[in-house]
Amino acid sequence: MITLGDYLVVSAILFTIGFAGVMLRRNLIVILMSLELMLNAANLSLVAFSRFRVGPNGLPDYNAQVLVFFVITVAAAEVAVGLALLVALYRARQTTDVADIANLKF
Amino acid sequence: MSPFLFWIFAVFTVIFGAAVVLNRNPVASALSLVVSFLGLSALFMSLDAFFVGIIQVLVYAGAVMVLFLFIIMLLDIRVEERRRINLLAAAGGIGVAVILLIQICVVIGHFQPARRIFPPLARSTTDDVWNIGRLLFNNYNLPFQIIGVLVLVATIGVVLLSRREPR
Repeated sequence: MITLGDYLVVSAILFTIGFAGVMLRRNLIVILMSLELMLNAANLSLVAFSRFRVGPNGLPDYNAQVLVFFVITVAAAEVAVGLALLVALYRARQTTDVADIANLKF
Repeated sequence: MSPFLFWIFAVFTVIFGAAVVLNRNPVASALSLVVSFLGLSALFMSLDAFFVGIIQVLVYAGAVMVLFLFIIMLLDIRVEERRRINLLAAAGGIGVAVILLIQICVVIGHFQPARRIFPPLARSTTDDVWNIGRLLFNNYNLPFQIIGVLVLVATIGVVLLSRREPR
């Protein structure tokens, strides 16, 4: 049977893939996509815990699912602002590579 | 849900998630992300979270990915040219990621409830959406309105950022 741990391990692997994407890739668009992947991995473990914690009325704990709803909303807003910043950056510099944006680099 | 379907969708999600990071072409990355999100939505539904699964498809696979593809096409980004890879930095990044994964797996291994299967659900007389909606509008009314303001501010910010400055 599928245990809670299986879902948590899948969530951990997805989070690590997203984290590796943020660390390794230098294209800003792919970095934003990796951020989405990390947020979704967190959502998966939230939903798994929600299903695991069945209340006295026999229903899953819906508090976690409301939190997932908030996370999805904030992530959508974050993507919109991030991509607008990206477009503004591309207009100024004609690049989306983080290696070319090193003005603040120490 | 049968274990067979769970493993199929889990492998599906992880493989296409890895494809997002490994593809050199941003369009291929975006399309892999769509498939990964569809697999994730199936996993949500396997956890009886139908509302979350549906908004995952609608918001992510629908709206957010269209936004990504639109920006990729708008900026006309080609396959990024192969630069000299800083081997030390790449090894460091992969090393940190692997250490993080090992740490999380050790924590899950020591977490006793993680070995238990999911308890059975009672047959609900109300829908999933009804239950979430009642909780959202009763207990979480103030956060919900704050989120509304946040989305409004994000909209204004996006319009302001993408406006061309008059010269």
